[in-house]
Amino acid sequence: MSTRQTFTGDLSVLPTHGFGMRSLTWWGVIAYMLIEGGGFALMGGAYFYLMSQETVWPPASLPPDLLPGVLFTIIILLSEIPNALLKKAAEAQQRDRVLLFIVLLDLIGVALFVIRGFEFAHINVRWSDNAYGSILWALLLLHTIHILTDWAESVVLTALMFTGHGHEPRRFVDVSEDALYWRFVWATWLPIFVLIYLVPRLL
Amino acid sequence: MTASEHPDDVPRDGPELDGPELDRALSETWGDKPGLIGWLTTVDHKRVGKRYIVTAMVFLLLGGVLALLMRLQLARPDSGLISADRYNQIFTMHGSTMMFLFAVPVMEAFGVYLVPLMVGTRAISFPRLNAFSYWLYLFGGAMVWVAFLRDVGPDVGWFSYTPLSGPEFSPGKRADFWAQMITFTEVAALAVAVELVATILKQRAPGMRLDRIPLFVWGMLVTAFMVIFSMPAVTLASSFLLSDRLVGTQFYNPAEGGSSLLWQHLFWFFGHPEVYIIFLPGLGFVSAIVETFCKRPVFAYPVMVAALVTTGLLAFGLWVHHMFATGLPRLGYAFYTAASMSIALPSGVQIFCWIATMWDSRPRFELPMWWVVAFIITFVIGGLTGVMVASVPLDLELHDTYFVVAHFHYTLIGGAVFPLLGAITYWFPKITGRMMGRRLGQASFWLVFLGFHLTFMTMHFTGLLGMPRRVYTYPAGLGWDALNMTSTVGAFILAFGVLVFLVNIVLSLRRGEIAGDNPWGAASLEWAATSPPRPYNFAHIPAVTSSTPLWEESLPVFSGLRVKERELVLTTVVDAKPDLRDPSPKPTIWPLLAALATTGLFIWSIFSPWALVYGAIPVGIAMTAWFWPKSTPDIGREPVIE
Repeated sequence: MSTRQTFTGDLSVLPTHGFGMRSLTWWGVIAYMLIEGGGFALMGGAYFYLMSQETVWPPASLPPDLLPGVLFTIIILLSEIPNALLKKAAEAQQRDRVLLFIVLLDLIGVALFVIRGFEFAHINVRWSDNAYGSILWALLLLHTIHILTDWAESVVLTALMFTGHGHEPRRFVDVSEDALYWRFVWATWLPIFVLIYLVPRLL
Repeated sequence: MTASEHPDDVPRDGPELDGPELDRALSETWGDKPGLIGWLTTVDHKRVGKRYIVTAMVFLLLGGVLALLMRLQLARPDSGLISADRYNQIFTMHGSTMMFLFAVPVMEAFGVYLVPLMVGTRAISFPRLNAFSYWLYLFGGAMVWVAFLRDVGPDVGWFSYTPLSGPEFSPGKRADFWAQMITFTEVAALAVAVELVATILKQRAPGMRLDRIPLFVWGMLVTAFMVIFSMPAVTLASSFLLSDRLVGTQFYNPAEGGSSLLWQHLFWFFGHPEVYIIFLPGLGFVSAIVETFCKRPVFAYPVMVAALVTTGLLAFGLWVHHMFATGLPRLGYAFYTAASMSIALPSGVQIFCWIATMWDSRPRFELPMWWVVAFIITFVIGGLTGVMVASVPLDLELHDTYFVVAHFHYTLIGGAVFPLLGAITYWFPKITGRMMGRRLGQASFWLVFLGFHLTFMTMHFTGLLGMPRRVYTYPAGLGWDALNMTSTVGAFILAFGVLVFLVNIVLSLRRGEIAGDNPWGAASLEWAATSPPRPYNFAHIPAVTSSTPLWEESLPVFSGLRVKERELVLTTVVDAKPDLRDPSPKPTIWPLLAALATTGLFIWSIFSPWALVYGAIPVGIAMTAWFWPKSTPDIGREPVIE
């Protein structure tokens, strides 16, 4: 480096963690939301493209039964309450409340998996029957993979929060970003719910 | 407040800790373990970037050998050198290798190496993800090449159109290896895109406001966003294809309500932006080189940035021009013709800005500038034929002929490979510490440039005379014989030029002139680091006060980052004000192991859908081990003022 260097400032006064868009993790999470949201949107596009090839929709079967899907939607929407409390607790660095809500959300995840099983059982078409069946299964499967990966990440984070690492400010940032991602998971469910359950009934 | 005022302080860089002593401490912290362990565990963006570049160049050579084989076969009519089946595999592997294993990775590789240096930070963001991305790319490329060498190479074109690639017309596993190679490379490319976005937006040196970012970095930022928005389309398309072939879904089967054109829409929604993903970093190379050798900032910086962004946006609006021959509504023809022609505008604007830059200065014509001139000439020709085929009636006539082959080689080689060769020549001293030889450099330039135009200019005429693409041979007497022979001769001259370029690299590595930190007198921050850069990039974080920091009187710096920890500074998105000190992850073997587990999952899933269930278990274990903090909890060890 140049020998004429002068020091204009001191970085040591800066804090070592920050929430939201100040943190690198937040940007990583947002970028992955863009990627996956793009994937969901394209799948929605593929759905309507395939629909335009048919005269009736669904082509040869009943639409999926409503009950499991509606139940799933209600529970995943309600999960935002503990999720919002979790995010708030993480940003206030209240470890006890974080532990409470994150365990609660892990349990809600298990309940969601059970209902999702019923959704697959009541979809009323096989993936190999026709393109309608293929795209319905693809939508439901892709969303299930999102729930599964976020749930697995949450469980690991839960375990981490119970260890000594759970006192580090940066782990609270992780929890906060995890809660942000869960919002993405339930928000993307809403259009998928419309595509799977409502469009075959209404259009 | 200065560093010394912290109560129980730890060592930090600054006036008291500087020079060789600071170098020792930072090298200890940021260096890798010696030997094989260090090689396998490194997360240094420079080591990973170099690896990425070398691997991509190996794939360039492999793809080039395939091109030569095709040219040998086509040199004479009725040639029996290569069978039709093998020829199908060869042209498919040539296109797939060049697009997925060479062009996109090599551009991202330069981003991985250069962007952290150019924005003045110590490391790339998410460095472990970066290592993971490289391994995944390597394993995916190796997979498809092993399949090809064992005669299960894909044989349905680099775009793998259904229904040809579907279960009915392509039994066996050839198309599956292609589709899964897509998954490997897209996951790798997306990971790098995320790292680049985060690095560029959050890790710029203090003072590097958005209007002071080097144009190459702007190019990489737009490219990264294009990767983020386009690559999911091809991943989705190839997943649908795999599941049609493996578990009997009906996405592309018209008999059961599916559609072959769905494939084309999804593929080209990715495929057209892909061209610009390759091209925008090339523009970035050109801007960097032009600035340095004209010794002035590129003319009309805001216009240049706007042109990059506009190109990125328009690139998503013209994928359907690849589908003119499939039949479209009238409005569709008109719209996509207009969109395709309009993208010539921002490219043209940039070319005029470079010419203005050169006009207004006394450019030094060193070797990198030669490549820039070759780029401008070649790309303008490719751009003009692009405007021609954007017109539907002409496109219907020329579709699937050698005219189109000529057109896209002019844009891709002229628009991306020539700038790349210029970039290699330009940054070689930074990466290796030595200059590339001039005489061999000039020889390779002329061989490549003239060989290229001999090969591909000729193909315009071969195409106008009606020769279709992707035929493994042709009868004599159609007027194509001499043209094909000419292209073959040109291709070998071009290949010889590439060989000379490589020989020059090898010789220069051993006995090139020692470069020094800033041999070209350039303005951007990477030239403030040593050549080659130390593992920590910069001893002190630079403070940026203009868009050409090294042309200022002096380069002021900041003190105060911890030297016993891997620490870097995060800044605000727009104004790059210092905001946080952030730790950067240490080397670890887990990205490699996670990549191996992911490779197992991907290859297994070519043969069984259950791979998605059982194959995910080792991936989950590896990822958990990767993220689990290894150090003891560091609460309260260092005072934090907030």
